[in-house]
Amino acid sequence: MHLNTIRKLTVSACLAATLYAGSALPAFAQDAAPTLDTGDTAWMLISTAIVLMMSIPGLALFYGGMVRKKNVLSVLMATFATVCLMSVLWVIAGYSLAFSDGGAYQHYIGGLSKAMFAGIGKDSLQGTIPELVFATFQMTFAAITPALIIGSIVDRMKFSSLLIFMALWLFVVYVPVCHWVWGGGFLGNDGVLDFAGGTVVHINAGIAGLVACLVLGRRSGYGTENMAPFNLVLTVIGASLLWVGWFGFNAGSALAANGTAGAAMAATQVATATAALAWMFSEWLVHGKPSVLGITSGAVAGLVAITPACGFVDVKGALIIGAAAGVGCYVMSTGVKKALRYDDSLDVFGVHAVGGIIGAVLTGVFAVEAIGGKSGLLEGNFAQVPIQVYGVLATIAWCAVATFVILMLLKVTVGIRVSPAAEVEGLDVALHGESVQ
Amino acid sequence: MKLITAIIKPFKLEEVRSALTDHGLQGMTVTEVKGYGRQKGHTEIYRGSEYAVNFLPKIKVEVVVPSDEVDKALDAIQKAAKTGQIGDGKIFVSPVEHTVRIRTGEADENAL
Repeated sequence: MHLNTIRKLTVSACLAATLYAGSALPAFAQDAAPTLDTGDTAWMLISTAIVLMMSIPGLALFYGGMVRKKNVLSVLMATFATVCLMSVLWVIAGYSLAFSDGGAYQHYIGGLSKAMFAGIGKDSLQGTIPELVFATFQMTFAAITPALIIGSIVDRMKFSSLLIFMALWLFVVYVPVCHWVWGGGFLGNDGVLDFAGGTVVHINAGIAGLVACLVLGRRSGYGTENMAPFNLVLTVIGASLLWVGWFGFNAGSALAANGTAGAAMAATQVATATAALAWMFSEWLVHGKPSVLGITSGAVAGLVAITPACGFVDVKGALIIGAAAGVGCYVMSTGVKKALRYDDSLDVFGVHAVGGIIGAVLTGVFAVEAIGGKSGLLEGNFAQVPIQVYGVLATIAWCAVATFVILMLLKVTVGIRVSPAAEVEGLDVALHGESVQ
Repeated sequence: MKLITAIIKPFKLEEVRSALTDHGLQGMTVTEVKGYGRQKGHTEIYRGSEYAVNFLPKIKVEVVVPSDEVDKALDAIQKAAKTGQIGDGKIFVSPVEHTVRIRTGEADENAL
């Protein structure tokens, strides 16, 4: 850090001396101009790669192991194809609408000035890293968020309408909410704290998942047929890859290799471990056995909940957020889901929306000024929790309505559900002409 | 000649095999099967959803022996496959009319 600072100061001083010979004051003004930092850039290149690893193969395996054997490939395919499609759409207009200046509409949406990454050269900077690295890092977020929704619609959604849904959802839901929070929109301006995507990624995906499973209806045979997971070994591998990749997601959201990234990494690890144990012990207590699916689900719940908080809270806060997420998501994904009989097949709502909400609200409680420069309830800032709740509600409202409209449009036009025969046969053979033996 | 069909717990296969071999019996056919008797199945719970697993994995061992060796073979299988717990399995004995060794054309007990 010291070396970097000295180097930056030296470079700026030389520049300033050349440009403003004789005047000391403008030298300090010049010092504020960002320069590329190789350490930050190296970390962000790695973060981008490991966030991609979260989706493929991480999320794909996590979900794939949980469905029945006849649908495994359809889940892997849906995840893989979504990542590909979102990457292309992000370059075409997604990044620009999320992160460029929207002029008169800046509160709600960005503009099209950076469509096709226009004007972003290899020397363009975003802070201390190349803007191309920033845009690609954000691309991996835009890829995993829609992919998370797949967990609620497995075994029964048409692949063609899935692709159309994902494309529309990116532009109508993800991009605006991303802009509201991180791109200069109204939620960020109003002080909503979301370090790595509690609202943008997890509440968004979780609410969309709930709406999607309600519009689609339950899997045929739900509640009567055996829908036990095909292979939990895949799920364990997937959850573990998600965990490792999440360091890129959370610590990478510092956009620098610095103390904030370190704080985010530590908070992420402790919250995840705590949530995994909390889910495991809850299940042990209620059902009599600690399960592999339980502990991995708990870990993901912890990762989700610490996402908005990780750059703002210390490890004590992370511990409590993890425990709350482990128990809260367990209750929602087992008891409540069973009681209400909605078929959120792989618990996108129960884990991502619930975990995201717990994390976003508790960020307002446990934010520590010494970590992220913002105080929470415990440090006497009573205003932060209501602001967090406002951010959560705005995200839920927009996401729920927009997702519902998109799905209803698809339902009355191209149709969203496969034929009953295809569902019985399994989507691997019916949709993709392949199968796992 | 008699066909002995034994349904046993999968982890007992190796003991049953060596017990039969020790008694001088050559060859057997083994199939992975599923089923239930008095043991019934069990329930599995995934995120609060309970599924009854009615059919448990078992191993079916088939061996054909000369009629005068049936008791010896039954005794060997029963001793080797027994754990004393419910679900140890069953042994069925049925008559075999004719046997041919494909390679040589030998018949009946010469083919065993």
